[in-house]
Amino acid sequence: MRTQSCIKIKNEWNIVQARQLGRDLSKQLGFQTVDQARITTAISELARNIYLYANDGFIKVEPINDMGKLGLKVVSSDKGPGIKDVRKAMEDGYTTSGGLGAGLPGVKRLMDEFKIHSQEGVGTEIVAIKWLR
Amino acid sequence: MRIPILKLHDYLLISIQVELDDQTAIQFQQDLLEKIHETGVKGVVIDLTSVDMIDSYIAKILSDVVRMSSLLGAKVVLTGIRPAVAITLIDLGITLKDVPTALDLEKGLEKLQQELEG
Ligand SMILES: Nc1ncnc2c1ncn2[C@@H]1O[C@H](COP(=O)(O)OP(=O)(O)O)[C@@H](O)[C@H]1O
Ligand SMILES: [Mg+2]
Repeated sequence: MRTQSCIKIKNEWNIVQARQLGRDLSKQLGFQTVDQARITTAISELARNIYLYANDGFIKVEPINDMGKLGLKVVSSDKGPGIKDVRKAMEDGYTTSGGLGAGLPGVKRLMDEFKIHSQEGVGTEIVAIKWLR
Repeated sequence: MRIPILKLHDYLLISIQVELDDQTAIQFQQDLLEKIHETGVKGVVIDLTSVDMIDSYIAKILSDVVRMSSLLGAKVVLTGIRPAVAITLIDLGITLKDVPTALDLEKGLEKLQQELEG
């Protein structure tokens, strides 16, 4: 089985690759169709944010096992400008780019666990987990 | 990559069969508007049966193309949205509430016929 995989995001095509990785890995792990779509969509949102706001960064996807509880962990990291007001960025509809502002709050709802750490001038790291049911 | 746009009687039919990368989606938006302008059709069906993921970016492109088409006088119906896609769209908080939809291509054409002729 494919274990941890990492994709460098620097162009639009890499967003598609990251999505594909999420699709493959979630299927391999035995996630149901709806959760496969949730994971793939979450990865797409995170990868696009890297591309749009940080220029480049990484999406890492890996299976995890927490005392017998299986899941898939998605880590998005970049050394971009960071997010000034994370609380605001997590609000539905908040966007600085004319988007829908649905990405970050959406990823939080699509996944089971969500942590964001961002510092202005340093970068952004987001860790999101979906547990296998 | 170009998404083929078919003309059938007074309608345009598009079945999206490829992974929608940004470039393809934007190109499709332009191609469709040009085709509507060129043919003067009043109805368009975009079938999403093969699409297994719609993120907020693609959702925006789709809802934009519906509104742009209506400026050109054409009504667009989205058909074949999969259950998993509908669920993730709601998770994203995207309701596509002003976008006409139908279960499948056939029902989409019926809907257009009713609204355009009836
Ligand atoms: N990786 C990132 N680096 C810097 N800013 C980000 C990053 N991800 C998101 N943001 C900021 O958070 C806002 C909200 O993001 P999101 O919810 O995905 O909506 P959208 O991308 O549609 O604007 C963005 O408009 C942007 O200002
Ligand atoms: Mg976004």
